[in-house]
Amino acid sequence: MGWFKRLKEGITTSTTDKKETPEGLWYKCPSCKKIHTAQDHHANKHVCLDCNYHERIGSKEYFEIIFDNNQFTELHENLVSGDPLEFEDTKKYTSRLTESIKKSGLKDALRSAYGKVNDQDLVVCCMDFGFIGGSMGSVVGEKIARSIDFCIKTKTPLLIISKSGGARMMEAAFSLMQMAKTSAKLSQLAQNKIPYISLLTDPTTGGVTASYAMLGDMNIAEPGSLIGFAGPRVVKETIGKDLPKGFQTAEFVLEHGFLDKIVPRTELKEKLGSLLKMLKN
Amino acid sequence: MVFLDFEKPVEELNKELEKLKEVASKSKVDLSKSVTELEEKIQDKIVELYSNLTPWQRVQVSRHPERPYTLAYIDHVSNKSFIELHGDRTVADDKAMVGGWGEIDGQTVMFIGQQKGINTKMRQIRRFGMANPEGYRKALRLMKMAEKFNKPIVTFIDTPGAYPGLEAEERGQGEAIAKNLLEMVQLKVPVICIIIGEGASGGALGIGIGDKVLMLENTWYSVISPESCSSILWRSWNFKERAAEALKLTAEDMSKHGLIDGIIKEPVGGAHRDPQATFETVKQEIKKHLNDLSKISAEERINQRIEKFGAMGVVHELD
Ligand SMILES: [Zn+2]
Repeated sequence: MGWFKRLKEGITTSTTDKKETPEGLWYKCPSCKKIHTAQDHHANKHVCLDCNYHERIGSKEYFEIIFDNNQFTELHENLVSGDPLEFEDTKKYTSRLTESIKKSGLKDALRSAYGKVNDQDLVVCCMDFGFIGGSMGSVVGEKIARSIDFCIKTKTPLLIISKSGGARMMEAAFSLMQMAKTSAKLSQLAQNKIPYISLLTDPTTGGVTASYAMLGDMNIAEPGSLIGFAGPRVVKETIGKDLPKGFQTAEFVLEHGFLDKIVPRTELKEKLGSLLKMLKN
Repeated sequence: MVFLDFEKPVEELNKELEKLKEVASKSKVDLSKSVTELEEKIQDKIVELYSNLTPWQRVQVSRHPERPYTLAYIDHVSNKSFIELHGDRTVADDKAMVGGWGEIDGQTVMFIGQQKGINTKMRQIRRFGMANPEGYRKALRLMKMAEKFNKPIVTFIDTPGAYPGLEAEERGQGEAIAKNLLEMVQLKVPVICIIIGEGASGGALGIGIGDKVLMLENTWYSVISPESCSSILWRSWNFKERAAEALKLTAEDMSKHGLIDGIIKEPVGGAHRDPQATFETVKQEIKKHLNDLSKISAEERINQRIEKFGAMGVVHELD
């Protein structure tokens, strides 16, 4: 985790001073610094009531926001990553995995579930940034692949919520090939004419952007999300000057024609429900 | 000849050889026996060094300045029948990505590949083989045309990555690569992809979805370069050798893990020591695979492609 946090610092709005003070009763917005009760903040889908800042949330929160009555069935929840390369940098990959599993309470960086959204069936694959920076490894790819099989079998539309720094370096080429794998499976979904909505959230970069995140029949994003292929630091080094204001934000990406729509999280469920209904009728 | 750091012993012997030849020509003494002996010694040394390359040394060879690039392969493989086609029909013609028609012994093929520059000026123009979105879109346009006319596709991969520039981001680098992955999976014609130098990340994969993905012996293919991996995971540029090892990026490792379909042998001492021999080997490999692939139906090829890439990854199922 450390390496990824370090990479992120100073690039987007700093999240280091984000705190749920004391005992989770209060939420201090890292963007405008205003304080709200955790209850109000939660009721507003973890979006700041003052400045509309979208707090980074995980699959647990997204499932709660999207699925009717928070009822869903998780798919392939018992998949965990192998270590085919016996990768070791300053730490063994297996130790990194064990620590992340323990710390996050998750098994990897993506969870998949099906349920109803305003009475419409939907499979949701949701990435968790809290697990090794939401990096895409074999489990992420395999869960998406199996979820697509499920979508084809049951003729259910798919939503993938991306929130990722990109590849999982500790899986090297295996990680790279998840781009190929997920795209191959999405091409099958497309052949079956089953709708795929991609939701890009903060941040969506690297190999995730260059595969499933950009392949939705409809690509939608949360306001203010960092969305790009190369990270802003790398682009800055390439061009040798400061990046223009708003570069690689969802609004920038919309303006350049790569998103269909920016949807505030508070309207997400309603919009998803409407889209699914229109595609069905 | 440019010598790599680990080739120091060969460089020394080579200097000796040149001196010896000079002496021989000046003194008119017959030194041919010594020359032959020294030449043999040099060859033995090269064999010795190259029989035991470390992953980092392979990366070095893959980037050797005299190593042949995509257009050189296309020219020789197509016996100079190549007709280059330009432009993505939307924004520009990306010089970092080349493509066009050519013939291999009578068989028309669509050739596509990243192209590095052969001199300082061309290196700039070709952005060191780092394509912009319009490069990937040109590649896709040509691939769709090949499909339309039922001609097979051969791609040559040699890139340090997709170009990470401001305009590349504005024009949707991520979308361009993603689209190629999706479309290449479903191409109805045979696709052969050959890594001839550097295969870095999504920039390489963007023209890398094939029925047969092959690597030349002294190339690398991974999600990130060893240098960048070192800087991120070790927080220093000094661990590139260790990163190269950890990434398992060599042809041998990639083959062992089932992530590529084959390795193409290079002449002893690397492709740059005998480009003609390398081209000929590559040509024969292409012919062999095109012949095999032509016997399978389009539908079957697509299914096999999806199955192959769909099976990549190592996961465990907990009880
Ligand atoms: Zn706020």
